Amino acid sequence: MRARKRLQVLIVHLLLILAVVAVAAPVVFAFIFSTQTPAEIFRYPPEFKIGTALLDNYRVVWNQYHLGVYMKNSAIIAIAVTVGKTIISFLAALALVYFRFPLKGSVFIFILLTLMMPTEIIIVALFDLVTKIGWSNSYAALIVPFLASATGTFLFRQQFLQIPPSLVDAARIDGAGPLRFAFAILLPMSMNVISAMAVIQFVYMWNQYLWPLIVIRDGSKQVVQVGLRMLTSGQDATNWGIVMAGAIVALLPALVLFLLLQEQFARGFALSEEK
Amino acid sequence: MANEPHAAYKNPFLPWLLLLPTLVILVVFLYWPTIDTFRLSLYRVAFLGLKKTFVGLANYREIFTNPEYLRIFWNTAVFSAAVVFFSMAVGLFLSVLVNQKIGGKRFYRLFLIWPYALSPAVAGVIFLFLFNPQAGIVNYFLDTLFKVRPDWLTEPILAMSVLILAAVWKNVGYNVVFYVAGLQNLPGEVLEAALIDGASPWQRFWHVTFPLLAPMTLFLLVMNTIYAFFDAFPFVDLLTKGGPNGATNILIYNIYRDGFEFFKTGLAAAQSVVLFIAVVLLTIVQLRWGERRTHLGG
Repeated sequence: MRARKRLQVLIVHLLLILAVVAVAAPVVFAFIFSTQTPAEIFRYPPEFKIGTALLDNYRVVWNQYHLGVYMKNSAIIAIAVTVGKTIISFLAALALVYFRFPLKGSVFIFILLTLMMPTEIIIVALFDLVTKIGWSNSYAALIVPFLASATGTFLFRQQFLQIPPSLVDAARIDGAGPLRFAFAILLPMSMNVISAMAVIQFVYMWNQYLWPLIVIRDGSKQVVQVGLRMLTSGQDATNWGIVMAGAIVALLPALVLFLLLQEQFARGFALSEEK
Repeated sequence: MANEPHAAYKNPFLPWLLLLPTLVILVVFLYWPTIDTFRLSLYRVAFLGLKKTFVGLANYREIFTNPEYLRIFWNTAVFSAAVVFFSMAVGLFLSVLVNQKIGGKRFYRLFLIWPYALSPAVAGVIFLFLFNPQAGIVNYFLDTLFKVRPDWLTEPILAMSVLILAAVWKNVGYNVVFYVAGLQNLPGEVLEAALIDGASPWQRFWHVTFPLLAPMTLFLLVMNTIYAFFDAFPFVDLLTKGGPNGATNILIYNIYRDGFEFFKTGLAAAQSVVLFIAVVLLTIVQLRWGERRTHLGG
């Protein structure tokens, strides 16, 4: 019985190690080949070790293929949306939870219904719209439409509803107005939700692909994900070392953020499930 | 909504002022384009968007009768079903393994979920290289082991398989996050009762654990389907461009093509409406389930 149990545990470990390796393999290979010259990549059999072009490939992809510029653009857009959406969602949830006003139920449903309208479904009409208001090929088109969302509003709403109502009553009796209550009491108590939401929003924006591909025509304004597409379709497409270096550079910020802030990720997931 | 202990403040203007940015953005950038998509689907646009003619439901007739479009629906169904099924099945299997009484749980969990943080574009580019017939590492291994070097992206079935594999690889982690959480929240007494009853691990899983996970499974079914519908775009765009010969052309990719490469705005809008209706149905399922979950006290 003991021996059988131990065998079972061993098999579980083996299967999990196998899975961990399978999950990691594509990125590990991508990294290895991102350090090799075309000659090293095409030799047979391939060698699974760091090649001679480590610095060259990353330097070329960063400067010559402008990945540095694309990274900066992606960062600007992702940070702008993360900050803006956090503030706007916080304010909306404040109104929905701490105020009595007519039509509140309708407003709630009105916001809720937008859960069914992913941007991808409306790209044709949205592109028409941003072109008409003169935003094509601009950051505004990549930022403004994403500054509000049902998810963000409901994340904060959920958090506020978990705070005991006695707190707001006490604040009111002490003479604190709604804004003072919001910024002196509610805001510090919501830091958990804010960081959870910020991480998820940042990664979501950092990973955007279709909408920037449509809106941005000017290479110098492009985001990093679409920059990768240009690497694969460029004249030097067979220089896989450079393409892989681009992929590694592009995945680093979101991955580092994820590894540093796993807790926030997990919490954000849990919250988004509750909405 | 009726009983609101939190709603301590009353003010005729302030709540609307606080809601203003949200409402304006949602109206202008979500509601209006959604309505406009319905309107556009009734028009045919010609001469690169310069001439617009009302055609009624002709665009819908086109997409529901033209074999090329029917094929796109079929491809979308195959791709989505496969991505959803494999992402969830592998995710559940790995979650059950992680949830065993073993050491290193946190390590395993982390090293299974991290690709969630990668973008579909990064995953797409990496798979494009791995499955490259000449330089790709997959064909090197296959050649060494079995003496075959398939032309992955020019064979219809193989191309679809690579797309599915790439999309599943990126998404398994998401399912592990939720299934592990779900497994940890299962009521211990029920599982113990089954153990005492002498049920085998296999029986315990299918008769006790799996039914208890049903709400989580439904939630993930919706989320994975939405992933397969929309996040698939970069994979198709980078790996196959819908080819070979339309074999991997799926709805979201064809909407992009019709809308922005061929300027068939009306047809693109009509396909968007079809996708929109699918998402509405999925959302209704999800909201229904959300209610049931609160009734169960979860």
